Order: sequence, then structure tokens, then C-alpha cells
Amino acid sequence: MGIPITEVAEVIRSKNSGPYELTMDIIFKDFDSYENVKQKNIINKKLISSLYQIPEEDIISIINFDPAKAIKITIKRPLVAGAVGESDVYGAQQHAPLLGIEV
Amino acid sequence: MEELKVLSPTAILGYGFPEESFQRGLEQHPDFIAVDAGSTDPGPYYLGAGVSFTDRQAVKRDLKLMLKAGKKLKIPVLVGTAGGSGANEHLYWTEDIIKEIAREENLELKVAVIEAQIPKEEILKKYEEGKIEPLAPAGELSREDIEETTRIVAQMGVEPIIDALENDVDLVLAGRAFDPTVFAAPCIKAGFPKGLALHMGKILECASIAATPGSGSDCMMGTLRHDCFILEALNPKRKCTVTSIAAHTLYEKDDPYRLHGPGGIINLEETEFTQIDERRVKVSGSKFIPSEEYTIKLEGAKKTGYRTISIAGTRDPIMINQIDDILEAVKDMAKNNFSNIKSDDYQILFALYGKDGVMGKLEPLKDKPSHEIGIIIEVVAKTQEMANTICSFTRSSLLHYGYPGRIATAGNLALRYSPSDIEAGEVYEFSIYHLLTVEDPKEYFPITVKTIKGSE
Repeated sequence: MGIPITEVAEVIRSKNSGPYELTMDIIFKDFDSYENVKQKNIINKKLISSLYQIPEEDIISIINFDPAKAIKITIKRPLVAGAVGESDVYGAQQHAPLLGIEV
Repeated sequence: MEELKVLSPTAILGYGFPEESFQRGLEQHPDFIAVDAGSTDPGPYYLGAGVSFTDRQAVKRDLKLMLKAGKKLKIPVLVGTAGGSGANEHLYWTEDIIKEIAREENLELKVAVIEAQIPKEEILKKYEEGKIEPLAPAGELSREDIEETTRIVAQMGVEPIIDALENDVDLVLAGRAFDPTVFAAPCIKAGFPKGLALHMGKILECASIAATPGSGSDCMMGTLRHDCFILEALNPKRKCTVTSIAAHTLYEKDDPYRLHGPGGIINLEETEFTQIDERRVKVSGSKFIPSEEYTIKLEGAKKTGYRTISIAGTRDPIMINQIDDILEAVKDMAKNNFSNIKSDDYQILFALYGKDGVMGKLEPLKDKPSHEIGIIIEVVAKTQEMANTICSFTRSSLLHYGYPGRIATAGNLALRYSPSDIEAGEVYEFSIYHLLTVEDPKEYFPITVKTIKGSE
């Protein structure tokens, strides 16, 4: 068993990237933890697909951004922001499944 | 000119800022003051209905401080995406506020107003010519989508704003604009590199959100040189760190290395972030890569109906255990009761807080509901009257529905309010989020220069 991601990350958040996409950022506390997660490829399409119960095709990208020691995950929104039945107009509360990741 | 100083008072015009921070910025003699007034984040309603998502008094308060300071220091003020969505209603709503300020403060302002709304007929013509393409994951556009859209705006690049500034104005009031442009345009006009100017604009448009501790209601200063830019939070309680600035580069964008905008991308693959002292960060290496064809982003929203809601809750474990079946049964009751109404004319929805109200389909724990569930009964229908009628029926049917095993026979819902049903008015959805290829970056953004006088 690894350690909870909440111990090595200082920011885990979600937000719209335009009305059609949701983007999630994991920003690590230090470069060592970031490099560790990046090298082991812990945040991958298979993991995100299972956490959010979405097909891998709906994962637009997973990008490592070294200057911010951050990993960025962008997925297609199941419903466009503000559409009838959509539940989070700003997309700001879709990060919770990431909090359970172990690294 | 070796450097240009840009004062960004707040993340969104109307979100406010402390006067002390603003004053500290003015003491550094900025070359101009710029603010972004818009966002699509609040959803499709505001663009569709032509209404601002920011409060009029709050916008007036921010603008008054900015305009008075601009006049005093003899520097221009720039406002992008006026009124929140930047269509003509939003633009002239903001202009009205400016007229009011000019009257109250006895100011004379030379103003360049830049419209960003494109008539539907023009969009239909461009659609027929094949000049419009979807911005994935938005789907292909249809003629019908365009016809149903209430108003369409396009995000302008720096070019119309640079033209507006040629008129030596006190204020540039722009309709829908790519967020960084009001910060970048004066810099590019003065001969500074486009990549650095736009990247600085991308950070400054959110003001102190990029500092730590972050705030959307506090001032930031950007200093642009020919080989770098420097960011400083103007409230001494905040500072810019390499982490806060680099992290902000991620914010609201899908790819931090390539930020797409009108006419090209800002490429950050060689960007370096350097801490120059405890509170300031230097950024260098960002480049602008022009695209082969100049595209502008179109945004449009269409009306889908009228909404009525009722807010309730249940604390009954027997009911919670079979909540999905109960709600389906109540929906069927409504369908049968209103068999005279076409089923396409209305939708009944239930948001279940304590189950999957926040994440919907993405919720992994939807089968582990809480001990109590908040229920929002929602009906979206063709008319407000129809929405009211169906919401009322659905609420009363759910209140008294006799589900299997029921013990609490007096009523199934804790209704929060009296009256229990709330008319929520018009409902819109995004209908256009597409790219239009243009020959001339300025063609859809007409500029009018006028003088607004307080004493008239």
C-alpha cells in the first residue's frame, strides 16, 4: 500500500476549461514527490477511467507540467456546463475521487 | 521604452479590491489599468438572456475608482468582455454605468467602444461557406442551432484593441475579448514581444488569484520588459511565488504548454519562472506562434424553456433505500396525468443531494447514500405556466406516494419553503462554441469613438 496522495499534494482541484471540458490539477508539495508519481506513471488513463467510470476516450489529456510540479487531467464533461440536468456549472467540485489515490 | 507597467485591480470587474492595494499600484506609476469583466463559467444564461452575472453597484464601485485614477494619472483604462458576456446588451449596460459615473464625478472621458456581437445572418452565411468548425469536444454545428441561438459573440484578439488605442482614448470598452488581450494589446502596440505580453495578460486577468494566498478581489502589478515580465502582488499580505505563478498557468486550461487564442497559440515549452525576491516572480521564454489561418472563437446560447423548482428532503431510510424506483414511479404518474402535453415539451428532473447531486454520472459512491437526502424537484417546460403546473403535480405526488413498505404515511417530504415551488425563469444552454476563420482579425469588431461628458 502506498501513501495517500493528500499527504504529498498541496492542491487537488477541478474546474471548467470552457463549458465542454473539466480539468483537474494535482499540484505536489515538492519536486521529489512529483517526480516519483510522474516516473511511476501513477496517474494514467486507466486509473482516471475507473475513478470516474468513464471510457478512456473521454479522457482528453493527462499532462505533466514540470514548472508547477503538477499533473493535469482533462476529461470531456458528461453534460455541457449549465445544460438541463447538469450539476456543477463551474466544475469546481469534481475532484473528490482523486483524493483517494495512493502513491 | 524599456518597460511597461500594468495595473490589474481585480479578477473580474465587480469582484472588488482593497483601495490600499490599488493605491500602492498607482504609486508605482503604471502605464495603464486593465481589467477583464467576463467569463463563460457562470453558465449559458447570462449570454443567452443578455444579463450581467456581476452586480451593477459592485461594477460601478470598481469602475469609478479605476476611471478616476486613470484620469488623474493620464493613463488609459481598458475593460474586456464588458458586462460579463460581452454581447451588445452587456456592453451598453456597462456604458450606462460609465455615463452615470461621469455625471456624478464630473468627468470627461474619450471612450472607444468595441462591439463583439455578430448577427445571426452573417454566421449562417459563414456556416454555408464552411468557415465554422467545432472546437472539440463540442459537436458539429447545424443551421437549426444557429437559428435558435439568441445572441452570438466572438472573442476578439489584440488587433481591434490596438486600433482603438490609436485614438488616444481614456477608456477602451471592449465586448467579448480573449481574456489576456486588454492587458497585452497596449504592450504589443508599444513594440513588446507578443508571447510575453499575452502570457502576462493570461496571469494578470485573474489578478491576485495567481498570488499566495490567492484572491479574486485584490490587485496585481505586471511589469513587461523585452525579455521577461515581473509579477508582484500589491497587497503586502500576498506574494507571488514560482509555485503560485506556475500553478496559475494551469488554471482553467486543458494544456499548460499551449494556450490557444485568436490567431495563434502562446507556447510555454521554454518558459522559465524565477523567484527574484520574496514577493516577485520573473517569467521569461514564452512565445507566440501564429497559426496559418486566423480563427476567432464564437460563443452562443439558446433558450430551452422555463424552470420551476421545489426544494425538499427525506430522512426516511425505507424511502432512501428505494429512492430511484420511487422517483421513476412519480415521473410516470406525471406522464399519465399530463398525457395531453407532448412529452418533448417538458422534462422532470430530480437532483439528489446526499447521493449524487454534485457529481451526477461521475459519482462513484451513488449506491451509498447518506442518512438524509436533499431533493430538488425540477421541471423545465416550454412555458413557465406549464413548468409550474407539472412541478406542482410532481411535488404533491411525491409527497403522498405510497411506496412499498411505507411506515410514515403522513407525507414523504420535508418541504423547505412556503410557497414550496419557485419559478426560476428562462433556461438557456450553450449552443455555439466553435471557431470561425476570418480574413481580417478586425472585421467583426467595429470601433466607435465617443466623448462621455459629466456636465451634459
